[in-house]
Amino acid sequence: METLTFDYPASQPVSRRAHVGVVGSGDLEVLLERSLDQQAHITVRTSADGFGEIWEAVLDRFFARNDLAAVVRINDSGATPGTVALRLAQAVEESQL
Amino acid sequence: MTAPALARTRFTELSARERTIALLDPGSFRELIGPFERLESPHLEPQGVVPACDDGVVVARGELDGERAVVLAVEGLFQGGGIGEVSGAKMAGALELALRDAERGHPVYPVLLLETGGIRLQEANLGLLAIAEIHAAIVALRSHVPVVGVVAGMVGCFGGMAIAAGLCSHVIMTREGRLGLNGPQVIEQEAGVAELDSEDRRLVWETIGGEQRVATGMADALVEDEVGAIAGAVRTAFDAGPPVVHRSSQVERYEARLAGMDPLDQLDGPALRALWRDDGGGR
Repeated sequence: METLTFDYPASQPVSRRAHVGVVGSGDLEVLLERSLDQQAHITVRTSADGFGEIWEAVLDRFFARNDLAAVVRINDSGATPGTVALRLAQAVEESQL
Repeated sequence: MTAPALARTRFTELSARERTIALLDPGSFRELIGPFERLESPHLEPQGVVPACDDGVVVARGELDGERAVVLAVEGLFQGGGIGEVSGAKMAGALELALRDAERGHPVYPVLLLETGGIRLQEANLGLLAIAEIHAAIVALRSHVPVVGVVAGMVGCFGGMAIAAGLCSHVIMTREGRLGLNGPQVIEQEAGVAELDSEDRRLVWETIGGEQRVATGMADALVEDEVGAIAGAVRTAFDAGPPVVHRSSQVERYEARLAGMDPLDQLDGPALRALWRDDGGGR
């Protein structure tokens, strides 16, 4: 297991918190909550060690496209980058409902 | 062109939270100790296991046909639905609160959605203690309100939580569901493949699958793996009220069943079904 943290500048607060996904094999859960500062703070706990660069690439891409001042917690059970991107998009959608 | 009718939703394709929402009256779902409380297991991360923010159990209040209900749903995808200190305490605590409400004359219908291998091995004795508390709470509660257990699949219900299912007033299963004290892989590992080949799906389901469990009176209702069917069966079980005598109180009946068997006979599912055909047993 490995814990990774990332921060991105952001300005748009999330309108409501969101929780999607399950910590099951090949999947992940994402918790999205309002951030109290002009930043996105992401904490990833993943069962698969040694994929820090891939997480960074996926999250760089996501936060380049989404301006979200959010605290994001990810509990990952070996999801692929595609699944991670889909769950993040789903969390954003939930937070805008 | 008209839109196609909504496809039937398979219950087993839903997460524990989705199952709970689907079961309760529309709009009545209210989660207790939800994921944002982050009441997760303190034992997993030190052992290198990623925790879940709800520790794999959803506790929700809501209504069933307008009656107050509490649903406890185990997420089978997280650690095989293993019961740890926190997830077990969430279940036991909710059942104990339901008991307190019932004793004060405000009955709450309890439903357990059981997808669990039983104890979570990383938490060993703490999980065992929690499961014992769940057992005690079910027994106390069922003298006030029927306690309904659902074993839909795909994990099934095993170990100490199979005992919890056995203590329930009504057990609802699908054909995909399996209910047994030891899971087939555990039996094969401990007693050898000659005792039970866990890869033999037909043998496994003929022994502990939902159809067999209902036919031999170890479960009460066999339903389709479909949201409406299961939601309907849960409501029917509460409408029926408690059984005259709970299954787990019929000690002599089940002792007589065991006494009537020769353990040297290699019984298969159909033979056991003929031997243990459900006779109603006062239920």
